[in-house]
Amino acid sequence: MELSTEVQMDLHRRMVRIRLFEEAAGRLAEAAKLPGFLHLYVGQEAVASGVCATLSDDDQITSTHRGHGHLVAKGGQFNEMMAELMGKATGYCKGRGGSMHISNLDVGMLGANGIVGAGAPIAVGAGFANKYSDNGNVSAAFFGDGSTNIGAFHEAANMACALRLPVLFICENNEYGEFTARKDTMAITDIVDRAAGYGMPGVIVDGMDVVAVHEAAVEAAARARRGEGPSLIEAKTYRFYNHHGVQNLGLKYRTDDEVAVWKERDPIFTFEDRLIEAGTATRDDFDAIWAELRADIEAAIVFAEESPLPDPEAVLADVYTLMTPAEVTA
Amino acid sequence: MSRKLTYVQAFNEAVRQEMAVNDDIFCAGEDIGAFGGVFQSYAGLQAEFGKRRVVDTPISEQAIIGLGVGAAVTGLRPIVDIMFMDFICVAFDQIVNQAAKLKYMFGGAATIPLTITTGGGGGLSAAAQHSQSLEALICHIPGLKVVHPSNPYDMKGLMTACIRENNPTIMIKHKRLLGMSGEVPEESYEIPLGKANILREGKDVTVIGWGRMVNEALTAAEQLAADGIDVEVIDPRTLQPLDTETIIESVKKTNRAVVVHEAVRFGGLGAEVAAQIQEEAFDYLDAPVGRIAAPFSPVPFSPVLEAHYLPSVDDIQAGIRAAVARPGI
Repeated sequence: MELSTEVQMDLHRRMVRIRLFEEAAGRLAEAAKLPGFLHLYVGQEAVASGVCATLSDDDQITSTHRGHGHLVAKGGQFNEMMAELMGKATGYCKGRGGSMHISNLDVGMLGANGIVGAGAPIAVGAGFANKYSDNGNVSAAFFGDGSTNIGAFHEAANMACALRLPVLFICENNEYGEFTARKDTMAITDIVDRAAGYGMPGVIVDGMDVVAVHEAAVEAAARARRGEGPSLIEAKTYRFYNHHGVQNLGLKYRTDDEVAVWKERDPIFTFEDRLIEAGTATRDDFDAIWAELRADIEAAIVFAEESPLPDPEAVLADVYTLMTPAEVTA
Repeated sequence: MSRKLTYVQAFNEAVRQEMAVNDDIFCAGEDIGAFGGVFQSYAGLQAEFGKRRVVDTPISEQAIIGLGVGAAVTGLRPIVDIMFMDFICVAFDQIVNQAAKLKYMFGGAATIPLTITTGGGGGLSAAAQHSQSLEALICHIPGLKVVHPSNPYDMKGLMTACIRENNPTIMIKHKRLLGMSGEVPEESYEIPLGKANILREGKDVTVIGWGRMVNEALTAAEQLAADGIDVEVIDPRTLQPLDTETIIESVKKTNRAVVVHEAVRFGGLGAEVAAQIQEEAFDYLDAPVGRIAAPFSPVPFSPVLEAHYLPSVDDIQAGIRAAVARPGI
């Protein structure tokens, strides 16, 4: 597949947006400016970017604990995202969700999820609705290698195949489920082996190569849109930081050498090198992009810091959708 | 002209009438398509509306609820069936952490017009994993609404309201009431959620019960009337949100209250009702709020054990007599 310059630069831009958002969030967390847990997506940018670049706002995704990257890739805006991480009223979730539940239905992002594996059944439901409405849309479930050990994943995969739904199962195999190595928690090396058990095609792609991910996603999405059912894509990738927080070296469960090897394969920098070598873009082009997006993220931090906090008196709002005028005025 | 339907037929008619006027509604669950569901709740619906709208699913309770959540948040109005209420435990993450919470976590942006239907209650020697009354577990979760009809008329009106509701709602069908017959209007109608029904007016004591137990309480009340004890019987119909106002007003009138349920007593919804009564009507009470409920054990299998285990009309009568016997202030 020969990707146009436009598509390649779009893939690059999505990855840089994720990287800058996550690095900024990490700095703010270190400065104790973000409440709660923070699960950074740095290192895995090629996966969300490669997949979401073939989806429109009307296609849906479900996400994981590590969900900022998915929302950025799907078109989430820095201002509302950063405000949500700070628990501000202007955040996408009005400060009700935070990092682990960040979402924006307008771009088809059905939420990061604090429960491992829980997004997959919801993506199946969205896929069902797409097929039911015959609207040509697809849904994609992002999940980690660890979540393929939980029942919800298996139920979702089987149901999607049994009902032949337009769903993409995107496994981000970063080799660790939280703080435990994949090899210690499953007897197979490749998650993709599980696809055959449900009757769907599965492919392994280099999750550090955004073009490889994108090409696989384009094919899976086209297949789903043709009514041929779900596919599983296993992207071999790596998170540069700890499961949560901003520590990246000196971790008890993986070696610094291993981190260094994976960082050599940084999905953004290696892609930039390839594009420069191919004559698609220049270092100056990339410098300009980084500078532009860096300014965006700095502006978003200012926006979030200056945004109002939610009104504690309104803590009960939005538990239920109000049904009657009496409920609305109560 | 009056017409009688059974409880399960009333359920079925509500679903059919709503499906006929709204293509956004679909049903999904185990065995509900060709077979019509193990309780025949969905009988004939696939034949009428086709496989697109009445879907047989794998035995996958998490994915069934997830299917409903995902389809609801993207614009449909799913009715998903969990065959036995006991099986909600298998799907508890999708019910408790997903369906109930998406709207709130998303800052109000999500709407989840999802109806979960399930068969609850004992009395069929179905033993410990097919007989439970788990309403307290789900009423404890902000974001859910919980409905438990006690008769065919209420079933049709409440099920219609559930389907039209824009929040995740759990409709508990009592398995022992499926064949109960009663007058049900042919035309579609809605009983508003959160509104209790005073089934019998009385001045001496208020009995609050739901599902099959409120019918047992009515029988007890009729028998006690012969002894000059005038019992008011209230069926909340919706357990979440609970119509506390109607209950409190009644207790302020009768000064005594007894709560009856089939679920185990400890941590049951009766404890919540009793707590609310003492908070709101403490000065009106002439006796402690009584609780008639199952003992703290799994539901037993053997008919003789189960009959002993489930609250009976006699148990309810005894509880009412105890409340009335207190001298008062």
